[in-house]
Amino acid sequence: MTSIKQLESPLFESLAAQYDMLILQNQDSTKAYRTEAMEAFRKLGFPSIKNEEWRFTNILPVVKTSYELTAATTIDAEQINKAKALIENTYRNLFAEDEADRVVLINGVIADSLSKLPEQKGLHFSEIKEATEQAGFQDHFGKILNIKDNAFAALNSAMFQDGVFIAVEKNVVVEKPIHVIKVILSGQAMMQQSRDLFVLDQNAELNVVESYLTDIAQPVFLNAAAEVVLAENAKFNHYDLQKADAHLRIIQRTEAAQQKHSNYSNYTFTLPGAGFVRNNLALHLNDVDIESHLYGLYLTADSQLVDNHTEVHHKMPRGESNQLYKGIIMDKSKAVFNGKIFVYEDAQKTNAFQQSNNVLFSEQATVNAKPQLEIFADDVKCSHGTTIGQLNKEALFYLKSRGIGENQAKQLMVKAFAFDVAEKIKIPALKNYVETLIEAEMENR
Amino acid sequence: MLSIKNLHASVEDKEILKGLNLEVKAGEVHAIMGPNGAGKSSLASVLAGRENYEVTEGTVTLDGTDILELAPEDRAREGVFLAFQYPIEIPGVSNINFLKTAMNEIRTYRGEAPLTAKEFLQRSREKQELVEFDAKLVNRSLNEGFSGGEKKRNEIFQLAMLEPKLAILDETDSGLDIDALRIVSRGVNKLRSENNAFILITHYQRLLDYIVPDFVHVLADGKIIKTGGKELALELEEKGYDWLTKN
Ligand SMILES: Nc1ncnc2c1ncn2[C@@H]1O[C@H](COP(=O)(O)OP(=O)(O)OP(=O)(O)O)[C@@H](O)[C@H]1O
Ligand SMILES: [Mg+2]
Repeated sequence: MTSIKQLESPLFESLAAQYDMLILQNQDSTKAYRTEAMEAFRKLGFPSIKNEEWRFTNILPVVKTSYELTAATTIDAEQINKAKALIENTYRNLFAEDEADRVVLINGVIADSLSKLPEQKGLHFSEIKEATEQAGFQDHFGKILNIKDNAFAALNSAMFQDGVFIAVEKNVVVEKPIHVIKVILSGQAMMQQSRDLFVLDQNAELNVVESYLTDIAQPVFLNAAAEVVLAENAKFNHYDLQKADAHLRIIQRTEAAQQKHSNYSNYTFTLPGAGFVRNNLALHLNDVDIESHLYGLYLTADSQLVDNHTEVHHKMPRGESNQLYKGIIMDKSKAVFNGKIFVYEDAQKTNAFQQSNNVLFSEQATVNAKPQLEIFADDVKCSHGTTIGQLNKEALFYLKSRGIGENQAKQLMVKAFAFDVAEKIKIPALKNYVETLIEAEMENR
Repeated sequence: MLSIKNLHASVEDKEILKGLNLEVKAGEVHAIMGPNGAGKSSLASVLAGRENYEVTEGTVTLDGTDILELAPEDRAREGVFLAFQYPIEIPGVSNINFLKTAMNEIRTYRGEAPLTAKEFLQRSREKQELVEFDAKLVNRSLNEGFSGGEKKRNEIFQLAMLEPKLAILDETDSGLDIDALRIVSRGVNKLRSENNAFILITHYQRLLDYIVPDFVHVLADGKIIKTGGKELALELEEKGYDWLTKN
C-alpha cells in the first residue's frame, strides 16, 4: 500500500493525538468500532497518487494544512443569526414554507431554532451522538462502510463527532423531503468529520436533500461518511447539492446496502465553489430484483478539482443499476470520474448501465473519465459509454444562424447538456432550483 | 438586396460552387431548382456562414454589406435567414427560449430594445397562428422528436418570428403533407413584402403554384445555368434537367 506517511503530514500526528483524547473519553457503543477503525487508518495512511484509486487526485494540499480538530459542541447567537441570513438568502426560492422539513447543522451542531424537525409518526430523527445506544442504530451502524480499504472512511469511523441518524419504520412513507443544511462558519482552518446513518425498514420511503452553506475565511476540510440501509421494497431518493465556498474541501463516502425490491437513487450535483471534492459512492445490491440509480452532475470552474468515484456491486440476480454522470469542466478546473461495476457470479440477469459524458468548456480544463467493469456472471446486460468532447458544432451553427452569439449559443447548449441530468430530480421545487443555479452559473461566463 | 458575383466555394478541398452569379432585389421571390448534388444546399450554407465551406473567389453583398466577412450570427442579425433542409435536434434547449434569445440578440444588434415578455408572447401567438404551428411544440425542446413536417414548420415559424430581409428556404416543401404545404405557403405569402426577398430551393413545381416566383433558376454543377420565369419550372417538371446539362 502506497501512502503518505506521518512525516509528510503533520495532520496525521495531530489526528492521532486527538484520537487518543477522544477514545479516552468515549463511553458509548461505538468505542470498539472506533478503535478498529483507527487501526485500519494507521495501517492505510493517507493515500498518495501512486494509489490507483487516487491517481488523478492529489490530496497532499488537503492533508498538508493544519486544522483545528476539536469539534464544536455549542453554537452562539451570532452564528445562528449568520446562518439564518445565509439560509434565507440562498434558499428563498427552494422550498415553500410547508414543502419540506429542515434540519440545520451549524458546524455539526443542530440549530433547533432554525430547524423544522420532521414530526411524522414512524420517522425517527436524531443527532448521531444521541443515537448510539438505540437498537435501531446498533443493528446497522458500521456494518456497511468499507473501512478496510478506505483511509478517509476509516478515519471518519474512528473520529466522527456529529451527523444525523434518520430511521423510517416499516410501511411509513415520508413524503415531505427533509432538507439537511450543513452550515459551516469558521474564521480559522478547521476539520470536521460527520457521520450519517439512514435506515429504511420494509416498504418505507424517504427523500433527503443535503446541501452546504459556508462562510469560511480559511480552509475547512470536511471528511464525511454515510451509511444507508434499505430493507425490502424500501425507496430512498438521496440528493446531495454541493455548492460552497472555494475554501471547502470535501472527501466523503456514501455506502448503501439494499435488500430485495428496494430502490435507491442518489443525486450528486457539484457546482462551482468548493475547491476540492472527492465523492465516493458505493452501492451493494445484496438481494434480488433491486433497482439503483446514480445521477451525477459536475459543473466545475476556477481551479476546482471534483472527483466522483462510484462502485456498484451486483451480488444477486436481476438487479438493475443505471448510472448517468455528466460534467461540464470550465476554466482551469479538473474533473475525475471513475465508475466501477462489479457483477458477481450469482448476479445473473443483471442490467447495468453507465454513461459518463463530459464537455470541456475551456482549453485549460481537464477530465479523466474511466469506466471499469468486472463481470463474473454470463447472462447479463452491461453497457457503458464515456464521452469527452466539445459542444456539437452543427447545433452551435444552427443557434448562431438565428442570430445567437457564440457565447450565448454555448451557454444554451451547456444548460441543455446539464438539464438532461437535472431533469431526473423528482422534487419539482428542487429541480427548478438546481436548473436556476446552473443557469446563473452559465450566465456569468 | 442580395448580389452574388462569381462565387466559388469548396468543402474539404472539393470545389462545389464554381462561379455562381445571382441578383435578388427586394420584393422578389427566386426559385432555385436543380439536380441532386448540384450545390443548392451548399449555396445556402455559404450564405449562412457554415464553417466548413471555404469561399475561394467572388463576392456576396447584402444591401452593400460584404456578408462573407461576417460571423454566422452577424449575418442573421443583418437579416439573413436559412430554413434548413435538415433542421437539427437540440435536446434540452427549449424552442421558445431559444427564439426569445435569438430575437433579443438581433434586436440588440440593431439598437432596438428587447421585447417585453408580453410583447414576445403576443408576437409568438400571432405567428403560431399564421403558420398554424402547434402550441405544444413551441414549448418543447428544439426540434427534439419532431416529425419531419413539424421540423419544417418550425423553421417557418422561426422565419415568421424573426422577419428577416432575406429568407432562404432549402427544400422546406419536402416532407410536408398537402395541407402543411398550403399553410406554409400561405404564411410565406403573408410575410412577403416590398422590403424582403425569398430564395426557394425546391425540387417540385407544386410549391411554386402556391408561392409564385418572379424568377426560376437552374443550378447545376455549381453554377446557375438557366434563368427564366415561373413557366420554366413547368418546363423542368416535364423535361427534367438533361436537356440543359447535356450540351
Ligand atoms: N462536408 C462535405 N464533404 C464533402 N462533400 C460535401 C460536403 N457537403 C456537401 N458535399 C458535396 O457537395 C455537393 C453538393 O451538395 P449539396 O448538398 O449542396 O447539393 P444539393 O444541390 O443541395 O442536393 P439535394 O438536391 O440532394 O439536396 C455534393 O456532391 C455533396 O456530396
Ligand atoms: Mg440540398
